[in-house]
Amino acid sequence: MTILLLALRRLAASVPTLLLILAGLFLLLQLAPGDTVDALMAQMGGGDPATADELRRFYGLDLSATAQLGRYLWRLVRFDLGVSAIYGKPVATVIAERLPVTLLLAGSALVLSFAGGTLLGIVAARRLDRWPDTLISTLGLAFYATPSFWFGLMGIVLFSIRLGWLPAGGYEEVGGGLTGLARALDIARHLVLPSLTLALVFLATYLRIMRASMLEVMSLDFVRTARAKGMGETGIVVRHALRNALLPMVTLVGLQAGTMLGGSVVVESVFALPGLGRLAYESVVQRDLNTLLGIVFVSALLVIAVNFAVDLVYGRLDPRIAAGR
Amino acid sequence: MMLSGTFSKQALVMSSTRRDFLSAAGAVVLGAAWTPPARADAPRRGGVLTVQLNGEQRVLNPAIRASTGVYVVTSKIMEPLVDLGPDGRPVPVLATAWEAAPDGKTVAFRLREGVSWHDGKPFTSADVQFTAMEMWKKYLNYGTQLQLYLDAVDTPDAGTAVFRYSRPMPLDLLLRALCDLGYVAPRHVFEGTSILENPANTAPVGTGPFRFVQYERGQYVIAERNPSYWRQGTPYLDRIVWRFILDKAAAAAALETGQVQLSTYNALALADLDRLKSDSRFTVSSKGLEANAFNNTLEFNTRRKELADVRVRRAIAHAVDVPFFIENFLYGLGKPATGPIPSSSAAFYPQNPPPYGFDPKKSEALLDEAGFKRGAGGTRFSLKLVPIVNGEDVPLLATFIQQSLQAVGIRVEIVNLDTAGALSTIYRDWNFDLATGWHQYRGDPAVSTTVWYRSGSPKGAPWTNQYGWQSDEVDRLVDAAATELDPARRKALYATWVKAVNDEIPVWMLTERTFLSATSKRVHGDHNMPRWGSGDWHDTWIDA
Repeated sequence: MTILLLALRRLAASVPTLLLILAGLFLLLQLAPGDTVDALMAQMGGGDPATADELRRFYGLDLSATAQLGRYLWRLVRFDLGVSAIYGKPVATVIAERLPVTLLLAGSALVLSFAGGTLLGIVAARRLDRWPDTLISTLGLAFYATPSFWFGLMGIVLFSIRLGWLPAGGYEEVGGGLTGLARALDIARHLVLPSLTLALVFLATYLRIMRASMLEVMSLDFVRTARAKGMGETGIVVRHALRNALLPMVTLVGLQAGTMLGGSVVVESVFALPGLGRLAYESVVQRDLNTLLGIVFVSALLVIAVNFAVDLVYGRLDPRIAAGR
Repeated sequence: MMLSGTFSKQALVMSSTRRDFLSAAGAVVLGAAWTPPARADAPRRGGVLTVQLNGEQRVLNPAIRASTGVYVVTSKIMEPLVDLGPDGRPVPVLATAWEAAPDGKTVAFRLREGVSWHDGKPFTSADVQFTAMEMWKKYLNYGTQLQLYLDAVDTPDAGTAVFRYSRPMPLDLLLRALCDLGYVAPRHVFEGTSILENPANTAPVGTGPFRFVQYERGQYVIAERNPSYWRQGTPYLDRIVWRFILDKAAAAAALETGQVQLSTYNALALADLDRLKSDSRFTVSSKGLEANAFNNTLEFNTRRKELADVRVRRAIAHAVDVPFFIENFLYGLGKPATGPIPSSSAAFYPQNPPPYGFDPKKSEALLDEAGFKRGAGGTRFSLKLVPIVNGEDVPLLATFIQQSLQAVGIRVEIVNLDTAGALSTIYRDWNFDLATGWHQYRGDPAVSTTVWYRSGSPKGAPWTNQYGWQSDEVDRLVDAAATELDPARRKALYATWVKAVNDEIPVWMLTERTFLSATSKRVHGDHNMPRWGSGDWHDTWIDA
């Protein structure tokens, strides 16, 4: 009950921010030259002004910018995100179709990079300045410095074209008619390369934070006490140090939730995944204002939700934080 | 009314003999396509053809949206009145015969009998009437222009549609245009609804060899064999799947791993097309796409005093080494253009040489003569170039033009915008000195090309004359050719017109190119007519 109350309070506090973001974005997009009908004209390779006028009326672009903004906000108050110009469907539907793909991709990448980063960070910290540490740190740096589209393409070249182990792209087998577990496995197979690609970049960050945090915690008094009472190294790391060292990691998850949503644009393009990132890119190019604002709105909600979850996890990891609230 | 009444009767009489002849000719044509030259065995039934697309269209209705991106999907599901034959001449599809009145103001179409829509309703002249008046004339890009003087479509019976124009309409122009702009939509699905919002725009109902099954946004479109297709015994394929793969490297990977078997209309990177050319698993060719020729363009805003002088425009044309650009940036895939009518347009091509050869000395001389001497730092004047990125080659050409003009003393600043931004900057705000993009030729200069030169286009219309340039002679030639009924005289008028616009160059056509397909060698019965990418694929088949 307190959690629910807390969540509502958090949401209410973000309403002004959300409104500012949406209105700001709307105005920003007014500055971009060209509207959705120009984009459409470009796509269809030309057309006459009569067609263009007809389409502008159809998309409601014949109104002034203030009238459009007013109309948008009024709709938003009634939880109506409007109709997507590219897809001719309600924005809510379009986003609902795309959201699972992005959540699945970002979620699995998050789990992979978090778990991998934690593990490698511990190993590096335990073998400080010896070859495992050097190797892990160097690899981490290399992953961090390499653009993710390159990883993706190289993964495709190696695992799809040369070895033929994994599909080169797509979300699932088209028209395969799979259901249930078979479909889940098929989707999982398609998501291996994209998740790994997205995870590798974030892995480096988690690894370095974990390593530093682990080193710090291992030098604290309570670890020395644990050693003094004759506890084994593994026990110290797992039972005492890990829990404390995880705090900065969890902070990072909250901070990177937004980045991960944004970072999936590239990966979704390379692997032809129908996710939110690609939808956002497409909406910018096509000047589909309603869809873009809808995506920003939903993404903002997601980030708020993730950060709320992070706050709860803090309390679980370190009771002192919860007690202070 | 009188005229069309007697006239349609005449068309009916004509049709019995003409139809027999045409269907016999059609059978011969099909027979030829059934046996691909390289293989002796018969077409295989069944199988799935998967096609890569690099962009997603908002609607899949070619009766309201003329675009290769729409045709590449929907032309298998919906059909036009006429289509191009292997030799590039219009052949019957939903129309079996046609006849124009001597004054050119009425054109009667005899329609195919026994054709039904995918939902089982019969196809009749009422569908043609509704589509022409409510879609082609009102919403279809290029169609609204083509059918501007269409007064009415009469339907004396279910099998005849008579188009009545208030101005003479050359039959050859209409037929060539209808291959692209003549797709018929079902009246019973659209009547009484808001046409732009009708769900059938993304779930098309047609008469074609394939029936629409599913459109998963951002992923794929699926169509399956229409068992009651009027060309009996076809199609061969069970299904066609179109997959949206926007990243060009990923698209090449999908082709190489066999996930897709066809990529057309330059949906791959030029570098990949060049690489796959020497891969024995694929055919990379422009054969079967000749009807969609396009040019790289350079548009001059003649409101700039320098560019108002034709000598400066010519000097700029002389300063750019087009063959070098084609060889080194386009992998040799193209040739220097000779004007706005491409050499593939047999009915109009005037056979002239490229008007401006690479000649930097002459260029400098022309600039000096026009009074723009080199000033401080060797610069004569500065221009702003806005590229319209239709393809990956456009930014390359922009840079190439920048460097070429630098050599003759013209400084060029490139303004990079995305397509929507570039279009409004150039055509609505006129905020450019030079613009570069593509001109796509659509079978007849009157459909796609003369609007680039004729004055009087309203401000804001993309790809029209927005350069502040006007010539009475060019306007007169454009108007005369648009209503000239005699094909030979039309051709002559367009030859004169090409000479005039080449002379004045308000727009310079640099290259002449055709789109390229990369096709797996497993696919057969492919690329057998000049707009095959937008064809119906009823005779296409695939190896097991």
